[in-house]
Amino acid sequence: MSANAHGPFEALKGLVRRQYFWGIVAIALLLLVNLAKDPGYLAVSVGSSGNLVGNVIDILRAAAPIILISVGMCLVVATRGIDLSVGSVMVVAGAVSMEFLKGAPDTVGSGLAAIGLVVVVSAALGAVNGMLVSVVGLQPFISTLVIMLAGRGLAKVITGGQNTTATNEMFRWTANGHVLGLPAVFLLALLLAVAMGLLVRRSALGLMLEALGMDAKAARLAGVNRRALLFTVYILSGVLAGFAGVFATASVMTVDVSRTGYQLELDAILAVVIGGTSLAGGKFNITGAVIGAILIATLDKTVVFLGVSSSATPAFKAVVIVALCLLQSERVRRAFRKRRSAVAVRPAEREKVAA
Amino acid sequence: MSTLTTTRTEPTGARALAKRLSLHLDTLPTAAAVAIFIGMIVYGEAAYGRIVQFNTLSNLLINNAHLIILAVGLTFVILTGGIDLSVGAVIAFSSVAGVMLMNAGWNPWLAVLLMVLIGTAFGAASGVLVQHFHVQPFIATLAMMFLGRGLASILSTVPERLADDSPVRSLGAQIKVYDGPKVNDVVLTPGVIIAAVVVVAAFFVLHRTRMGRTVYAIGGSEQSAALMGLPVAATKMWVYIISGTLSGLAAVVYTARLGSAQNITGIGWELDAIAATVIGGTLLTGGAGFVLGSVVGALVLGLMNVLITRDGGIPPEATTIITGGILLVFVLLQRAVLARRRE
Repeated sequence: MSANAHGPFEALKGLVRRQYFWGIVAIALLLLVNLAKDPGYLAVSVGSSGNLVGNVIDILRAAAPIILISVGMCLVVATRGIDLSVGSVMVVAGAVSMEFLKGAPDTVGSGLAAIGLVVVVSAALGAVNGMLVSVVGLQPFISTLVIMLAGRGLAKVITGGQNTTATNEMFRWTANGHVLGLPAVFLLALLLAVAMGLLVRRSALGLMLEALGMDAKAARLAGVNRRALLFTVYILSGVLAGFAGVFATASVMTVDVSRTGYQLELDAILAVVIGGTSLAGGKFNITGAVIGAILIATLDKTVVFLGVSSSATPAFKAVVIVALCLLQSERVRRAFRKRRSAVAVRPAEREKVAA
Repeated sequence: MSTLTTTRTEPTGARALAKRLSLHLDTLPTAAAVAIFIGMIVYGEAAYGRIVQFNTLSNLLINNAHLIILAVGLTFVILTGGIDLSVGAVIAFSSVAGVMLMNAGWNPWLAVLLMVLIGTAFGAASGVLVQHFHVQPFIATLAMMFLGRGLASILSTVPERLADDSPVRSLGAQIKVYDGPKVNDVVLTPGVIIAAVVVVAAFFVLHRTRMGRTVYAIGGSEQSAALMGLPVAATKMWVYIISGTLSGLAAVVYTARLGSAQNITGIGWELDAIAATVIGGTLLTGGAGFVLGSVVGALVLGLMNVLITRDGGIPPEATTIITGGILLVFVLLQRAVLARRRE
């Protein structure tokens, strides 16, 4: 981005050096695989109602909820935390909105009210996480694990164990509507992601998050308000997951209490890691997280398109996470560095030994 | 046998309690767990009746044998300051794989051995990631959790039934130890005996061997333990292997009792096992805790399920919420105790 002034070549070089470049490469590779199976895979046509229709559009639509939870996760991970509750917040959001809309009239007002309710509930869940982490000082994964497992129970209690269905045109539009021919859900997710990006990168917020993730003590000495910041990121992550839950349920207007958002924590973590955010905290990249999320949506669609059982994807994603964690680990990096420097330094070393 | 096991738990806990309480407040959560367990029994007996009787208490042990085994395994990991989130998923994969192999004509006992070894393999993988590649324990075991769940789903997504004449079912067969009036018998299963053996062995290892003391030392301070020359790396590997192996064993016990396996078996059991361990007085930050406390913790959770079923007014879906709530309360209690100690 900063390389803009140095011409397109330099810009390209800067892009290659970013970790999410490999995410883009992976998306391209997956699309190529699909293209090999069906040469017309990338075709985008104009549908009957003037909207764009095609596999790529489907991928963008599927990516929307993942983008949202990945951006939230990205901010939490920057503070050396983790939010395992995103999938469960999604299902709670879906359950709350469906239960509310079931009894409400089919108007724009009630649709907006449902979304407002979702924001309140998901912010409350995020605040519980934030309080446990910042005030009580609990390890982030324990507090969010409790919400992750209890949240699904909460959703079941809210709907009485049923998969609630409701009708509301406005609510449904958020997932199935179109703006300028593109799926509204993707544009909304992108809008929220860009807003988040501007919020943290155009203010000192992002810097403070990174400071907190690098060294909490040093950050405190530098005057960073640890409590307020942690509260903020967990609430943000919760609200973003709430929106993701709205998108995930609105497309079918049904909340499936045992499947909505199930295991999506994995997707979010994976997207964040692919995007170049270190799980050890202290550095984050929202653009990378968005690209990682699109990569995961592409992967999901590809697996289905190739006819592989979709139940195999979690195992595959777990393997990818392990591989990425290994690549980030100090031991592997050292091995790489050693090999690289061994080639260059060997003559000098020999001299040293001889001496 | 049920009374036997409880009496074995109580005095040891009580004696350790009296001794330790004078020294520090470590045991307060464990004492609280014992008090809660007794309180729940008294309340259940008063409110619903038929709690303090042989068959209820026998069933409590039979139905929670797998949870006891899991909690014991997790106690090792949590004592070192780590965590193992993969236990539930390991059970799913191990039991589905085992039952499918048995149905495919494998020797059942060979399949049982393989079920345990699958757990060992998962534990070893987590251990390598944590110890050799310095991946945070919860990330490594979370990856293993999704891996196990995913592999189980690849194998099968429908319940796999164990053959009716399978010898493995004998591990879940009920043995009448004492024939009481009507159905009020003291009953136990080989699964309960396995759990009891695991508890005794774990108690011995943790309190009477060098390895056990190293586990506590690592939880107290990994750096100091390493400076003292203790085998930190090997021990950290071992705790994950132990936890994984015990998950495999729990899969055997659970499958033998239920007679079927499914890819969604064990969802949320990691929370149950962590809650049992924490309720039993093991610090989540490591360094302090007791295996016998974890057993009490597992029984508290089991008894809670019994009471919820008896009550009938609480939806079963709310169980995870209550478990989570109890876990949080105990974690808060621990932090309060730690803060008091630091003063």
